[in-house]
This record gives sequence, C-alpha cells and structure tokens, in this order.
Amino acid sequence: MEALILEPSLYTVKAILILDNDGDRLFAYPSIKEQKAFEKNIFNKTHRTDSEIALLEGLTVVYKSSIDLYFYVIGSSCENELMLMAVLNCLFDSLSQMLRKNVEKRALLENMEGLFLAVDEIVDGGVILESDSQQVVHWVALRGEDVPLTEQTVSQVLQSAKEQIKWSLLW
Amino acid sequence: MEGAPLAGGWLDLLAVCRALVATQRSWNLTRSGTGTCFPWIRLRDPACSLTIGGGSNPFQHLEKSAVLQEARVFNETPINPRKCAHILTKILYLINQGEHLGTTEATEAFFAMTKLFQSNDPTLRRMCYLTIKEMSCIAEDVIIVTSSLTKDMTGKEDSYRGPAVRALCQITDSTMLQAIERYMKQAIVDKVPSVSSSALVSSLHLLKCSFDVVKRWVNEAQEAVSSDNIMVQYHALGLLYHVRKNDRLAVSKMISKFTRHGLKSPFAYCMMIRVASRQLEEEDGSPLFDFIESCLRNKHEMVVYEAASAIVNLPGCSAKELAPAVSVLQLFCSSPKAALRYAAVRTLNKVAMKHPSAVTACNLDLENLVTDSNRSIATLAITTLLKTGSEGSIDRLMKQISSFMSEISDEFKVHSPRLPRPPSALSSPLVLQGGFEYKRTASSPCWPRASCTSWARRGPKTNNPSKYIPLAVNRICFVNTGAVSALAKFGAQNEEMLPSILVLLKRCVMDDDNEVRDRATFYLSVLEQKQKALNAGYILNGLTVSIPGLERALQQYTLEPSEKPFDLKSVPLATTPMAEQRTAKQPEKVAATRQEIFQEQLAAVPEFQGLGPLFKSSPEPVALTESETEYVIRCTKHTFPEHMVFQFDCTNTLNDQTLENVTVQLEPTEAYEVLCYVPARSLPYNQPGTCYTLVALPKEDPTAVGCTFSCMMKFTVKDCDPTTGETDDEGYEDEYVLEDLEVTIADHIQKVMKLNFEAAWDEVGDEFEKEETFTLSTIKTLEEAVGNIVKFLGMHPCERSDKVPDNKNTHTLLLAGVFRGGHDILVRSRLLLLDTVTMQVTARSSEELPVDIVLASVG
Repeated sequence: MEALILEPSLYTVKAILILDNDGDRLFAYPSIKEQKAFEKNIFNKTHRTDSEIALLEGLTVVYKSSIDLYFYVIGSSCENELMLMAVLNCLFDSLSQMLRKNVEKRALLENMEGLFLAVDEIVDGGVILESDSQQVVHWVALRGEDVPLTEQTVSQVLQSAKEQIKWSLLW
Repeated sequence: MEGAPLAGGWLDLLAVCRALVATQRSWNLTRSGTGTCFPWIRLRDPACSLTIGGGSNPFQHLEKSAVLQEARVFNETPINPRKCAHILTKILYLINQGEHLGTTEATEAFFAMTKLFQSNDPTLRRMCYLTIKEMSCIAEDVIIVTSSLTKDMTGKEDSYRGPAVRALCQITDSTMLQAIERYMKQAIVDKVPSVSSSALVSSLHLLKCSFDVVKRWVNEAQEAVSSDNIMVQYHALGLLYHVRKNDRLAVSKMISKFTRHGLKSPFAYCMMIRVASRQLEEEDGSPLFDFIESCLRNKHEMVVYEAASAIVNLPGCSAKELAPAVSVLQLFCSSPKAALRYAAVRTLNKVAMKHPSAVTACNLDLENLVTDSNRSIATLAITTLLKTGSEGSIDRLMKQISSFMSEISDEFKVHSPRLPRPPSALSSPLVLQGGFEYKRTASSPCWPRASCTSWARRGPKTNNPSKYIPLAVNRICFVNTGAVSALAKFGAQNEEMLPSILVLLKRCVMDDDNEVRDRATFYLSVLEQKQKALNAGYILNGLTVSIPGLERALQQYTLEPSEKPFDLKSVPLATTPMAEQRTAKQPEKVAATRQEIFQEQLAAVPEFQGLGPLFKSSPEPVALTESETEYVIRCTKHTFPEHMVFQFDCTNTLNDQTLENVTVQLEPTEAYEVLCYVPARSLPYNQPGTCYTLVALPKEDPTAVGCTFSCMMKFTVKDCDPTTGETDDEGYEDEYVLEDLEVTIADHIQKVMKLNFEAAWDEVGDEFEKEETFTLSTIKTLEEAVGNIVKFLGMHPCERSDKVPDNKNTHTLLLAGVFRGGHDILVRSRLLLLDTVTMQVTARSSEELPVDIVLASVG
C-alpha cells in the first residue's frame, strides 16, 4: 500500500527516458543497465496509445510521442502528476525549439550534446532544476567562437557550388 | 533536403545547391526567430549530412575501445572543440546506454579530458562538466579538476557558473567542502537564478553526507527564499525544510512565516502544502488546514491539485472539510489535459474508499470518463463509480463497461493472438489499478478458472476488496462460471458490497449460458438469506461431501420417496480434497465440517467464550486408555489462537458404577498453563460424556509448542444397581491414570494445498526465511524420511513431492500449511541419502514465529 502522505521532498523525478519506435533506449536519466526490462515494459504498454499518463509497476509515467520518439518522465505514484507533466513539457518544448520543431530520432541523434545539456538544465539528481523551456534553451544555446567560421564555410561551399553549376552550364 | 542523391552530373549539383540554400535559409529563420543559434546544429557539417542519407544512427555501432582511443585527440594542440565535444558525446552516450567503463580506462579518459579546459568553447566546456559528473564515481582522482571548476563557478561567464557548481559539488567530499564553503554561500545568494538554484540543489544533495557543513548555510537559503525567481524560491524552501525537518518548532515557524507572506512559485506552494499536511499529522492546527484550503483557490492547477490531494489524504478528514477539495477535483474531471483528469479521478477514487457519499456528486463527471481514451482514467472512473454508484447506476454502468471492454479486447488481439479470449482486459488496464496482485492472477497461464478461484480466495480478504470487483465483472462479460462463484464469495464475506453483488448476480440470472444462470440463481438465493452459516457452508467452503456418494444418495432418495427432506448429512464426506483425488492423506475438508460441529459444541460451553475462532481440531481422537478397560477415554485437541481445549470423550464400561464430576487433570512438561476444567457432571454406564480441559499456550517462549501432558482422570464414584439403575447417594473420590497426551507442532498447523508451490513460495517471500540442516540418524530410506516429516509437521505435501522416485538419493519435499493465527507456512525440505538421511529445511512464512517453531520442533 502506498504511503498516503508523501514525505515532503524535492526529489520528484525518478527517471527520464527517450526511446525510439522500436522501444530501444536513446537516452536514459539516470542510466541504469538493469532498467532495460522496465523500459521495454513501459514501451509496450504505451506506444500504441496517445494517452499521456499511466500507472505502471507502481510508478506514475507521463509520456509524449513525436514521430519516432517516445519521451517519458517517471515519478512515484504519490507524486503530483502535474509536476511530472511540467518536466515532460519542459523537456519536449526545449528540444522542439532546439531541433526547430523537427523532433524526430535522426535530428535528435545528430544533436545529442543538446539533449544531454538540456536534461542537465532540467533535472539535477532527481530535483527539478528548471521548468521553463525558454530558460533551458537560453542556457544551452551558447554561441561558440567558431560560428562565423562555419557560416563562412557554408557560403564558401555555396559559392563553389554555384561556380560549378555555372561552369557545367557553360559546357 | 534529406537524403539528396549525389550520383553525379549537373542536375545533382543543382540539387545540392538547392539543399544548401534551403539549409542556409532555415538557419536564418531560426536565428531571427530565437535570437540564438545552436552550436550542435552548426556542428552538423552540411556537406556531410547530405551524404549520410536518412535514418541512420551515428551512435549505433559505437565501440567503447574505439571511442576511448579517439579520446587521445584531446591531447592535440590546438584543440578542435567540435571534434572533442563530439567524442565526449560519444562517451556519454555509451555510459548512457549502460556500457561499463573500467576504472583505469575511465581515469585515463578523464585525465585526457582535463586538457580540454584550455579551450574556451562553451559547448565543449559544458560537455566537460557533464563528463566530470558522469565519471565522478567511475574514475579516480577526479578532484584534480576542483580548481578549474572553482574558477568557472566564480568567473564572469554566467553560463559556466551554474553547471560548474553542480559538477563541483558532485566531486566534493565533506573535507573539501569546507574549502569551498565560502563560494557556496555566495553562490546560494547569487543574483543569477541558475547559479543560485544550482547551489541550493547541490547543497540539498550534500546534506546526505555533510549535514553539519550545509546546515550552516541556512541564512543564505533563507535569503534565497525571497527570490523573485520561482525555481530559486522552490529550491531554497526545499533546502530549508530538509535541514530543519527534525525540528518541529522550526518547521512550524517556517510554515507560518511563508504562509503569511505568500509565495510566488507554484512548486514552492506544492512543497509547502506537503510540509503543512505532514505537520497536521502531528499537531492540530486550523491555520495549517486553512492554508491548505486556501491553496484550492490558487491560480496554478498544480497547486490546486496538490492541495486537494493533501486534503483527501488527511486522516480523519470530515465530509465538510472534503467538500471543497472534491468540487475542484470534479472540475478537473472535464479538463482537456489527460494528466489532470487522471490526477483528479485517481484522487476521487481515494476519497470513494473512505467517503463514497462525498463523491456521489461527481458521478456524472465520472461516467463521462468511463469512455475516456486514456484507459487508466477509464479504469479509475469505473472502479470509483462501483464504489459510489447506486444500484441503478451500476446497471447503467454495465452498459458502458461493455463498450469499453470491446475496445480493450480489440487492442489485445494484436498483442496475443494465441489466447482464445482476451485476458488482457484484465492484464492491461486493470493491472494499472491494482498493481502486483492483479498481474499475478491475470497472467496465470490457465487464466479462466485458476485466476477466478484465486481472487475468490484472496480477493475478499484484501484491504480493498472492491478493487477486485471490476475484475469479476469483466469475467462475467466473458461468460465465465468461475466468475459467478468468485463474485458470490465476495458477497458472502463482505457485507458492504453485498447489495452491488446482488445486482450483478441478478444480471447473470439472465445469462445465455446454462451454468452461469444456474450458479447465479443458486448463489443469489443463498446470499439473500444473509445467514453467515449458509454462506460458509454453500459459498465459501463448498461441498465437503464426496461427489459419487452424493450421487448415490440422491439416486437412492428418488427411488424411495419419503416425507423427509433429503439430508445432506447422510452423505459420506469426501475423504480426499477434491482437487487431488490421488492422495490418501487425511483431508482438510473433513476437518472443516467436523470442526464446525466442534465449534458449535465448544461455543455452547460458557468457560470457552472469548477464545476466538477455532483454528484446528485434531483429525482423529487419540485413545488415552487401552481398549477393554473400565473406562474408555479418547481425546480430541482443539487449537485456538492463544489456547487449546482438550476434549475428553469418556465412556464408563462398568455397569455397577455411575461416575460424577469427571475431570481430566493435566500436568504439562512445558510452559502450558492449565486454566480450567469443565467436568462431565455424570457418566452413567455406557453413556458417553464429555469433559474439557482448557490450557493457555506458552507465552514466554512461544516456540515451545510441543509438549507432553501426563493425564489423570478424577471423579466421584457412586455404586449403582446394574438391574434397576438405582444409584447410592453416597460416593467416594477416585482417580485413574491415563496415557500421556502429546501436543505437537502438527496441532498448530492446518494443512493447505498449494497447487503451485513455487508461486506460493515467491508470494510469501524471504523476509522470514530460515534454513537449517539436520541429520536423521535413525532413518535409512528417503520414503521413511518423507513420511515422518509429513506426519510430524502435519502439513500438506505439494506437487506430489511426497512420492520419492525410485533409485534416487536426493529428494525435495514441499510442504504447505497455515499456522495458527492464519499465517501461511511453507517448508522446503531437501533430503540427501548417504548412509543416513541429511535434511536441509528451509521454512518461510509471513511471520517469524511459525518459522521459528517449525525449525525448533524439527531440531
């Protein structure tokens, strides 16, 4: 029987998971090897439905899917469901902004650093650190020194492509 | 632009060009949209991404050794930030996938990484912090980065400071903490919220190992509570509470201070509500309750829900106090947000357990949720309605359930096409509600009957039997006779639910299936009598007579019509338990009916009031005299929770004597205490009489249950005339020595059969498991050993383990029983035959005492 009254605590989030559409782990926080069976179970119970909340193995699971990605935030069954939902929304919205609304597996994998850093801004040791996706994006989105360099590279590439086209048209 | 071909020719080049233009454009869009550009998106080399093609996972085939090899790049100068950050990502990805890093390799990679602090690339630096955190418990000497982190934490770059604090606290121990204490205090009150939050949360983590240091920071935390930033306020409040939670007065002050000033953060409010409701458990405080109630009017749903949930969970909350909470939950029921609907109905379900009437007002809202697309919500709505609905609404509900069931079964077809009928209706949504218990019953491979019977056994005894009802209801939806029986058992044991059960059974009377109809009719008429004895005899225990015997007797009865009604007592009792016809052991079910008779007889004796329910009566009376003697005395032992009653059936075979005031005096060898004797007033020639002796079980050493009593019959003899039966008025005292009476552990254990011993074994769990090894020096065969153990413990051999296969020198005997007081006791006995038999006994129970007694008595 679950405790009727939750011990007041800041430790709200037990886990954050991101699985792909085969139920394989793309990201887990905290990463525990033994957790995989639980992940499979969660995936099997949730991936066919678009309902956003369930009670599984005595834990409250809130989830959301996007194309080929499944996002889960897991907490104790006596946790405030809306708090867990706030974490899920914050994570999803942050990623959505960072991936320019293109929240799908490939884009995510190409931007794993962004994911790692975003989660690091959202939770710390199970405590919700930030719930505002704007803030998360703000802290994660740092301008590197070599930005101009890359942009230059792109325009260079573009320039050379143009020239090549011109050249080929001339032929 | 994804996957553009690069096969060659100018058309392809044109495509490349378009793609590049598109890339550029979307960049610009992002940049103007958010004002920032994401470095990792930039990291993606456009030319490269075009060649990758769709769908591949760049991390899929990562080799740990190869990645660690790559980490050597860290030592190169100048540092290539992009490349290095990518390698760190790979390492983190591997760790995240559960890959194990050895200490040496982790340390090596960690030291290489420290070089990267020379670069000022923000992304790379942030990745370094993450790597430090991940490796803090794998690699050695991680503290060498302390000074770098301290520098970043106090530096100018705000984006470094928060994460640096978090990484630093991760690698810090109590001794080092003092060195950075000054910086931590500053960080807690820093004006940058991310720095302050990071410091507060890290302090919270540090409380576990460095409480004494961290508690010196409360003044700073106190200051941070008044921050304008909602997260800082939340973290500061949390830290304060965790530091002070053992000081009731301090917590009390804290609550009154912050409730007076009000808080900004909804998270902080939730925290305060929890603290207040915790405090309410210990002190009576209407200000505390008023605070929680005032939160019902907060503008954040999260806070409103937290407050409602806190009120619902308060022990001893009155209906009036509940009402405002219930009405906000009612509003939430129609929220477009599934999480909020779920939270609301889950909480209402809790209310319904204690105060069903308080939820009645929400019935309409709940019924709308029965068809909710989220099955957890629908299931919770149904279970709540079953608790609160009137008879009429249950009827209406049934219709809605049927639509819901079909939805689930459709889904199940995809899951498991092998089973003819959809047990997933039980395993998927209802499991959510009941958790473990459901799963075990529902996942039983022979689900239709076995699981029904197991609920019927277990269900009514659980704390919340109503949780199980929907299960049985589902079963009826699938036309299952077992379900009807299960339902009847609920009704027989739980008066509260009886009205609902009767409604359900009434529906079954109109079922298409003969057997369902018949059973429903039968149970209905029994239950409507509302007599406990009938319930026990016809629903809970079922028939104890032998089925062929009943058939014969009934046939006989129809052949010879008579005025007398058919007497079930004339039918011979079943001599073996129904489920296992094979064993010729003394069956428990015979004991059950004999026991009922005994129970009645004993209940009529005033001295035996208040002994509690009769747990067991010994299966056969023991003769305490030799046959053909003057007096024939046979003893039946009755075990009660804390007492034993010895019933002595006496027959006087001397035709010239009448015995009066007959008692059997007992001298126990163990700590049993004789409490009273109930004499047989008169024992005329050849007319059996009964006297009783009541003893209390040993209290000081409860394991000493085995005992030998020396017995002496005491009585007054009056001579009488054998022909006329006339008795002298004068008599004389006499006594008569009887055989010793043995009480063994078997008298305290009732046999039960576990069809699936392993499941029962796991169910009991190993909390009170004990194991000991014995040598049975006098026993030469395994059969003999098994026979002795079974007889000695008086438990039921399960899974035919009482049969020893030929030519084996090892065997495992599985025994099941219920110990006095109703605790399951299971014994697994491994036997090894060499010259003598060696036996390893493992006992499990839901209590410690039975295990101790079993092992003590074997030894």
